Formats: sequence, structure tokens, C-alpha cells
Amino acid sequence: MAKRERALAPPYGGVFVARTTVMDADDVRRATWRMAHEIIERNTDTGEVVIVGLQTGGVWLAQRLAQVVGEVTGHDVGLGTLDVAFYRDDIGLRPVLPEAATNIPLDLTAKTVILVDDVLFTGRTIRAALNALADYGRARAVQLAVMVDRGHRELPIRPDYVGKNLPTRRDEMVDATDTGVIIGDVTAP
Amino acid sequence: MTDVRETATGLPGAAIDLAEMAGRHRGHRHLLSIADLGAEGITDVLRLTDSFVEVSRRAIPKVPALRGKTVVSVFFEDSTRTRLSFETAARRLSADVMTFSASSSSLNKGESLKDTVQTIQAMGVDGLVVRHSGSGVPWQVAGWLDGPSVINAGDGWHEHPTQALLDCYTITRKLGLAPEAGLSGRRIAIVGDIRHSRVARSDVLAFTALGAEVTLVAPPTLLPPSLAGWPVSVSHDLDRVLPTLDVVYVLRLQRERMLEALLPSIREYTATYGLTRRRAALLEEDALIMHPGPVNRGVEIAAEVADQPGSVITAQVSNGVAVRMAVLFLLLGSGVDLAVA
Repeated sequence: MAKRERALAPPYGGVFVARTTVMDADDVRRATWRMAHEIIERNTDTGEVVIVGLQTGGVWLAQRLAQVVGEVTGHDVGLGTLDVAFYRDDIGLRPVLPEAATNIPLDLTAKTVILVDDVLFTGRTIRAALNALADYGRARAVQLAVMVDRGHRELPIRPDYVGKNLPTRRDEMVDATDTGVIIGDVTAP
Repeated sequence: MTDVRETATGLPGAAIDLAEMAGRHRGHRHLLSIADLGAEGITDVLRLTDSFVEVSRRAIPKVPALRGKTVVSVFFEDSTRTRLSFETAARRLSADVMTFSASSSSLNKGESLKDTVQTIQAMGVDGLVVRHSGSGVPWQVAGWLDGPSVINAGDGWHEHPTQALLDCYTITRKLGLAPEAGLSGRRIAIVGDIRHSRVARSDVLAFTALGAEVTLVAPPTLLPPSLAGWPVSVSHDLDRVLPTLDVVYVLRLQRERMLEALLPSIREYTATYGLTRRRAALLEEDALIMHPGPVNRGVEIAAEVADQPGSVITAQVSNGVAVRMAVLFLLLGSGVDLAVA
């Protein structure tokens, strides 16, 4: 989300200037482990679980979660990526382009899908993702995992697994990667 | 304070730098010539096409990206695949589609071309897909309109930009080339009726922009009167060219456009320039055989050659839908063509 936000923020990007490091790489790793264990705790049959990372910010976290869940349970879990550009509700209001093609290698019908993104903000990306997922089959359930929940929701959406709840100002930017979570500001390029 | 942009890059799947791409396509409200795009623009469309190929493979091959937009196909000349391809592309993007046929329109009552397209615009359309037998008509139409995007779906002998895009897409993906490599070092021959071919003109521009070496193979009467400024070589000996190629692109003999006797006979043309079974055997095993359709089987290409494994003629057609989705989305939906305050 952070990269996408930054790329789409008018006027076209701008430079992200870091202000505060909120989590370092170790914190992110520990949070990822905890979230993976929560996923296992809540979904007794991980064979029915498919982890889907949102392009592009959520992909690293989806891969990490799938890896840990696989190591702990001894069974591989399904892994996919989803791009929601064509489902966004702000097409025409600001530039929208897919960042990479969707790759969901299996039918999601009757699966439990865990949507993964780096930062949860307004919830509009997740709304678009829910619509997109419906085109890949009727999932039994959809759960949401994010590294950072920064508040300011505009839709009735809440995460099931959270790395860190992080109160922010609306005009701030949050960058969450496997190397850490940083709050900063975007300045004009 | 540090700029941490670098730390955020290298994410898997990060393909498109939107800010950079927006700068490149600023002011691209229409797609009239492949030359408008340049190598980087072509590469952008090809990358975007990957997303729409994925959409087309789904059980429900439809996305809501152009909901509420209206696309009208304005064809003053016959077409099967281009028109169906554009209309399918628009529908898969959830746009509304209107169809204009010259033969059943008020053109027959004497309405002018300008009045016709301005009437279409007044109905509130967002995109016009225009084909006309006169070279340059899409430019003229774009000049008359204020608002809608114009996409050139073939004008006379001049250009057919979306055909060139789908050809580039088919070649790069079928040969498994990296997106940034373009077509550099690839050898492509375009064989046949170059003179009357808008496909050849757009393909030459696109293939060479991406770095391919292009050879035109045709009898002198079917070459344009002047090739000055064309970045191509010319041969009249198909047998000698074929073994060196990555792609042989066979053109249709456009007999309906031939106003004079340019060929002694069709049979002689087939004997010297047709891609017969014997000639196809001269190709490298992994070389691609392409044709923009409609195919005159037994004339420019033998029936069994058109169906053999190296032939990607049907892939061209299915990629055509995805490429046109990318073009329609880029012009009507993405917003990257709009100037930014």
C-alpha cells in the first residue's frame, strides 16, 4: 500500500521523506511470526487456506506468512498475488494502473482466503480486492492480515491479523517492508 | 532525513513506475500512429497487456474498469477480427459499446463524415475506434472532436497501430523475451504485399523501434514507390532469407486494393513468394510464422503451414483482445494521459 499510495499521490509521487522508524527488521519478523501463528490457531485446516498478497506492497508479507505457516504446520499453503487496479472506485479521479498481473494459481471456491497487505488505511483497496476475489470463485471465508493498521477507515472493514496498530495523521505516509516500518511525509518532487 | 525510496524498491512484481509512465503518456489522448508511442510507450502497453491476458484467462473474463464509459466502433470499411476484437475488449472492461456501420448509416443520405462523427460525439461517447479506407482519416476525426479519444483501427494503406502492438506482444511473449530487451537482435522478415499494407507500415515502425532487424521481401511491384527513410533492408529471394529468421510475417495479397496489374498471376506469386511447405521447412525450428489475417490459404501461405506448430496466427487474434483492452484502459481509464495540475 505504501508504495502504491506514494506512486498515486498527487502530484505524481513526490519524494517520501522518512521521519520515524516505528519497527525495525526484527520487530517486523517477530510480528510476522505471531500473525502466522494466529492464522494457524484460527484455521485448523491450513490445507484449505490460500494466502493472497496485494500487488505490490502486500506480496512480501504474504510470502513470509506462507513460509512460516508452511514450516510450522509441515504443509504448504496456497499462495497468490492480486492486483486490484481494475476494481478501484477512484478510476477517473486519479491515475490508476496495475502494478503487475494477478497470479492466483488455483480456484478459490470453498477456500479460506487470507488477504494480505502492508498498510491498512481507508479500506478502499480492500473493498476493491474483495470484488476482485469474487471473480476467482466463491471463497468460504475471507480474512485480512496487515502489517500496519494506521486508522482513518472510510468503509466498514477491519483486519483479522495486525502487526501493529499505529495511530497516524491522515497526511502522513507509512512505509512497511520486511526491513521495517517507517512513518514519513511526502514532499513534492 | 533520508529518502527511503530505495529501500522500498525491489519488491517482487513491482513492474510499472506510474509517475514516470504518466510523464511519458501525458497528452496521449488518442492512438493514431504507433510512432506516437515510441519504444518506451510500446513497452508500457505490452506490460499492461500481461494484466489483461490474465483477465481474459479467468472463468469470468470481465473487470469493472471502464464502467460508465461508452466506446463506439466507427467502421467505414469491412472488418471481422479488428471490430470484434475491439468490441470484445471494451465489453470485458465493462464499457458500453455502440456500433456504427457505414453501409446502413445516414452517409447514404449524403451526410458528411464530419457531421457523422460530430453526431456520434454529441451522444456522449468516450472513445471512437475508427477504420476508414482513406489514409489519415483518424487524424481528421481527432481534429474535429473535442473530448473523446480516437483510436486508429486502420486507415487506408497507412497505419494499423493496435495490430503492430499485438504483433510485438505475440513475438516477445512467444519467444520468451525479457520486457526490457524489446526485440533487439531479432530478425524479422515481412513478406508480400507491402505496398498496400498498413500492417506492414505500423509493424516496421514498431519492430524497428524495439530494435529488430527488419527485411522486406516482395516483388518490386508490391513495394512502396519509395523506401527512403525506412529502416529496413529489401530482398527478392525468400529462400535465402528464411533460414536466418526469428519471425516470418506473411501479408495478405490485397487484391481489392490493386488498381492495376501488379502481378503476372496469383500462381506465379505463390511460386516465388508464397510460404509453401517446402519453404517453411527452411525456417529454424523455433521460428514464428505470423499473418495478420484474413488468410488467403494457398496463395500467400499454404494451408498446412498456417496450421503447423510454429504458426502463431490464432495467438495473434487472442492477444489482440488483451492488447486492445490495454489501449482502451490506458486512454479511457488509467488517467495517465491527462495533464496534471
